[in-house]
Amino acid sequence: MTRAPLSLKIAAIGGLAFLHVPLLFILLYCFTTEEKSYAFPPPGFTLKWFGVVWGRADIWAAVGLSLKVATIATVLALVLGTLAAGALARARFFGREPVSLLFVLPIALPGIVTGIALRQAFGLMEIPFSVWTIVLGHATFCIVVVYNNAVARLRRLSPSLIEASMDLGADAFQTFRLVVLPNIGTALLAGGMLAFALSFDEVIVTTFTAGQQSTLPIWMLSELIRPRQRPVTNVVAVLVILVTFLPILAAYYLTRHGEAVAGSGK
Amino acid sequence: MHAHAAPLATPAVRLAGVVRHFGAVRAVDGVDLAIAPGEFFAMLGPSGSGKTTCLRLIAGFEQPDAGHIEIFGDTVEGLPPYRRAVNTVFQDYALFPHLSVGDNVAYGLRVRGIGRSERDRLAGEALAMVKLGGMEARRPAQLSGGQRQRVALARALVVRPKVLLLDEPLGALDLKLREEMQSELKGLQRALGLTFVFVTHDQGEALSMADRVAVFNEGRIVQVGPPEAVYERPATRFVAGFVGSANVLDARQSQALGGPARPCSLRPEKILLLAPGAPGPDGAVLVAAEVTEVSYQGPVRRVSARTSEGLALTAAVPAGTTGIMAGATVRLAVPKDAVRPMEGEE
Repeated sequence: MTRAPLSLKIAAIGGLAFLHVPLLFILLYCFTTEEKSYAFPPPGFTLKWFGVVWGRADIWAAVGLSLKVATIATVLALVLGTLAAGALARARFFGREPVSLLFVLPIALPGIVTGIALRQAFGLMEIPFSVWTIVLGHATFCIVVVYNNAVARLRRLSPSLIEASMDLGADAFQTFRLVVLPNIGTALLAGGMLAFALSFDEVIVTTFTAGQQSTLPIWMLSELIRPRQRPVTNVVAVLVILVTFLPILAAYYLTRHGEAVAGSGK
Repeated sequence: MHAHAAPLATPAVRLAGVVRHFGAVRAVDGVDLAIAPGEFFAMLGPSGSGKTTCLRLIAGFEQPDAGHIEIFGDTVEGLPPYRRAVNTVFQDYALFPHLSVGDNVAYGLRVRGIGRSERDRLAGEALAMVKLGGMEARRPAQLSGGQRQRVALARALVVRPKVLLLDEPLGALDLKLREEMQSELKGLQRALGLTFVFVTHDQGEALSMADRVAVFNEGRIVQVGPPEAVYERPATRFVAGFVGSANVLDARQSQALGGPARPCSLRPEKILLLAPGAPGPDGAVLVAAEVTEVSYQGPVRRVSARTSEGLALTAAVPAGTTGIMAGATVRLAVPKDAVRPMEGEE
């Protein structure tokens, strides 16, 4: 084993500090007694903000809405993204490349363009803003991440596996369930988690498609303008970190032994 | 109908006027074929000759653009692979990486709705048949190439196909293993009495394993027959050159060497190298030639020579024949009947 030079170690520590020290400040100011501004060091230590968060109905409404939107958008993306990937991974037809590009475009497009386009479209069609308009907005980019993951895995899947399955008597549905799905399962898990995370903290598209409702990020943004009870946002942020960190950790351990998990042969 | 394809019973596989294009490429360009039940049939040809497409047409992975395909008398064109009584051993084996060896073999039984204990028993028997008993719990990734080949074989045989299709089954194995598998496949086919159709580009494999060989070139079958017939009497210039090697002679050259006045082939190992003063065999044509090149090839020595009329001939003589040098003049004997007319050439 070779040892890294000192300069490289310092750079690595510096990089990690840059990424994570701000998170420590979020944590620190959950416990401050000063509610109007963040002074360093905090003047006192208290746990009362956790109680305040627990008692605020607007926070729970925003969390509930965000979870609902992210879940529906992810499920929608898993179904549509997988189907699109299945169609485009290997088939050759006229216009295949433009269609693939159109699928990936929404994630390259600035959110503000997607947002305003959707808002105008909903307006023209006289669709009232609701949970469903937010879901549709989020689905535009959620589909892309699922599609990208699925298409990459499908292209690595040997086409003869599918032929072998059909050769042995399985119809298209059995082949999908018994051969394709187990082999792309971890890619769908990764794509789905990413889609969920993207939806959960999306601000721009949501602003244009939400109407009166607040998802959690929108609630946080509006909270910054208020002068009082600032540590409440910190407490919420810490809870969000915990909630998003756990599934990512779980997915990491699940996919680490990808083949073994996907193929228990049930 | 071809004269060579006249089996009495219903053919296991019959192709009539089958055509398959890919864009402008006519991959299979009018193939007629009848494979008898229980036959070990080889489709031999270079890559791009249409042999693999033909196999895929029988399996159902491709549909013909024209023509007719029957399996034991049943029309199959238009049917998907899962409705055909044929199974395939794939060139890359196509074992399911997420399933154990046992579950791979049991896959065809599982999709037919056969219960866990019954299919495990049948899969175990199939694995024992290919000498992999007790390997059920392994993953395909843990097996050697030869073992994967056997798993693929067991997986295809366990569902009792009427015809087994093998796509370059030995292509990925090393030489020693290939020879072992050759005799094992042959033994298995004999024991099961099953029709085997296999695709190969290796003429040695086709000649040693098959009951009959179809030689493919440019989407067509150029010759069908038992290995001896194909080797001893190649019908065209292409077959003469692809199946083994041959001296290809035009009508005038054939006549000069004692053959008929038509294009003929002459296998190098038929030509004898005479010791000085020794007489040739009865009826042989003797020619003097100047050696241009000698190459040692293990069992034989390949001698290229040019006759006084300018005809280039290659002879394969026993490797023990020493002392032949480039530039030396030798006497070659071409025995009677060694010069064989090519029926497909004018």
